[in-house]
Amino acid sequence: MKKIFAYPCALAKKRTHYCPGCTHGIIHRLVAEAIDDLEIQERTIGIAPVGCAVLAYEYFDVDFQEAAHGRAPAVATGVKRVHPEAIVFSYQGDGDLASIGMAEIIHAATRGENITVIFVNNTVYGMTGGQMAPTTLPGQKTTTSPYGRDTATVGYPIRVCELLATLDGPAYLERVSVHDPQHIIKAGRAIRKAFATQVAGKGFSLVEVLSSCPTNWGMTPTQSLNHIKETLVPYYPLGVYRAPEEVTGDDE
Amino acid sequence: MERVMMKGNEALAEGAIRAGCRFFFGYPITPQNEIPEYMARRMPEVGGVFLQAESEVSAINMVYGAGGAGGRVLTSSSSPGISLKQEGVSYMAGAQVPCVIVNVARGGPGLGGLTPSQSDYFQATKGGGHGDYRLLVYAPGNAQEMVDLIGLAFDKAEAYRNPVMILSDAIMGQMMEPVVLPPLREVAPDKPWATTGKHGRSTPNVINSLGIVGEDLERINIELQEKYARMAADEVRYEADGVEDADLVVVAYGTSSRVVRSAISRLRQEKMKVGLLRPITLWPFPQQVLAELAAAGKRFLVVEMSTGQMVEDVILSVNDRSKVTFFGKLNGTVPTVKEVYDRIRSLLSEGGEG
Repeated sequence: MKKIFAYPCALAKKRTHYCPGCTHGIIHRLVAEAIDDLEIQERTIGIAPVGCAVLAYEYFDVDFQEAAHGRAPAVATGVKRVHPEAIVFSYQGDGDLASIGMAEIIHAATRGENITVIFVNNTVYGMTGGQMAPTTLPGQKTTTSPYGRDTATVGYPIRVCELLATLDGPAYLERVSVHDPQHIIKAGRAIRKAFATQVAGKGFSLVEVLSSCPTNWGMTPTQSLNHIKETLVPYYPLGVYRAPEEVTGDDE
Repeated sequence: MERVMMKGNEALAEGAIRAGCRFFFGYPITPQNEIPEYMARRMPEVGGVFLQAESEVSAINMVYGAGGAGGRVLTSSSSPGISLKQEGVSYMAGAQVPCVIVNVARGGPGLGGLTPSQSDYFQATKGGGHGDYRLLVYAPGNAQEMVDLIGLAFDKAEAYRNPVMILSDAIMGQMMEPVVLPPLREVAPDKPWATTGKHGRSTPNVINSLGIVGEDLERINIELQEKYARMAADEVRYEADGVEDADLVVVAYGTSSRVVRSAISRLRQEKMKVGLLRPITLWPFPQQVLAELAAAGKRFLVVEMSTGQMVEDVILSVNDRSKVTFFGKLNGTVPTVKEVYDRIRSLLSEGGEG
């Protein structure tokens, strides 16, 4: 009998600290499945961010370095330059990557650094208690934009995939969502393709995953998934922003 | 062994290569630019990596990645850039990642100037970044020591799994002197803790400075303090020149120690009883020898190119057993031999009391 579903080898058998309804757990699983599919667990090194996923090093069964806030792409660069044969990925939230770590992500991308970035965008700082993020939507209420994000005084959200797509360096950029099973399957394919891009030595790959934050959005898990679909997806269009050439990781 | 004329910065860079350093991450800033420029030329010749980062912050975090992954890694900068690197230095101290950081110091505070200074002593020896940590800090006094101490710095960084700092300055970096270069060595020390990919290991290696549970963080800090105590006990280095019969011991390091040495040699010809105590490690500080000299009745003059920073460590070492006087030149200026000579003469003429 063929086994068609199992606990991923690359995922540690640990209970996570994520809130009920948070989609970090799903994204962790998709990353672990990609690592398993490509049979790269023994040579994969992860870089954890500062933010909700700060303990990611506890949840994956691969070597890990915990980075300072926003610096994961620089840390990943250092690791990759020492071990070019290793598969190096960073796992970062929106505050980490698009605010304090903007210089690091832009320059890793423009160098075409052969690393993979999993960028989890839920439009809010989760770990610190729901403050305004660089991706917080216009009008969205957070603890530091209690009257709603006022674009006249604090400006507009940053669309990371579109921004990075202006550079020549990246090999693969895609934005996906995990608000329903169909999109989760698509997100899994994109994450696998991103790792395959690195395995093939094609250069910088980033998958932006639209994610939920029921706790800081003040919504139930179900409401949160609907919020991604109805509010986030229209502002952050899903799709491929840079297609990898001749990468065969997508086995569909 | 080859003897060549080299600028201090280039001697240091070649010394790092000869000591097996194969990774350099940096960012341009005067007066340390000869180091990254040398590395940009030299690293490809030895199969190493030179990468110009987008900022000092990124450079030090690349160092954190490379050092955590087991690479023998160097970064260099100058005072304002070293301030920016403190984030990564603190993380590396916490995560016990070995690396070497070179500060070719210039005057501050703020943007300061491009001229040599010793005003980063506090930053180098008293922490610099956040948290309870220590760096091993070497202060080279000539181009040869740039070569010798960089090799030692890598060995010690890896032996203790701790960042090590070389505190140089604009004169030490720019001045040309003959140096003897050691043979090239390829270093592949066993680093079972490094992130390499598991490759069959049963548990993942994790490089991390997070101790989210209070007791965990306490345990980490106790472990670090035990390591610093071993460093303090075993790693003190200094040069003592003519201190045995001296009435006055001048304490100085780096560029200012060279000026002091010239003044002392003139005074010795005049049969004045003055000696030089030159700390080579600024942390750990040579407290013991200073305490012994104080107990033997010597008086002290501390000469620094700052408003007085190391003088505090000398006072702590002497601990009221003797008198400590300070002579400093402010940022950007170097004391002349005549100034130091005159100061020493006037102190000696004051006699044993004071």
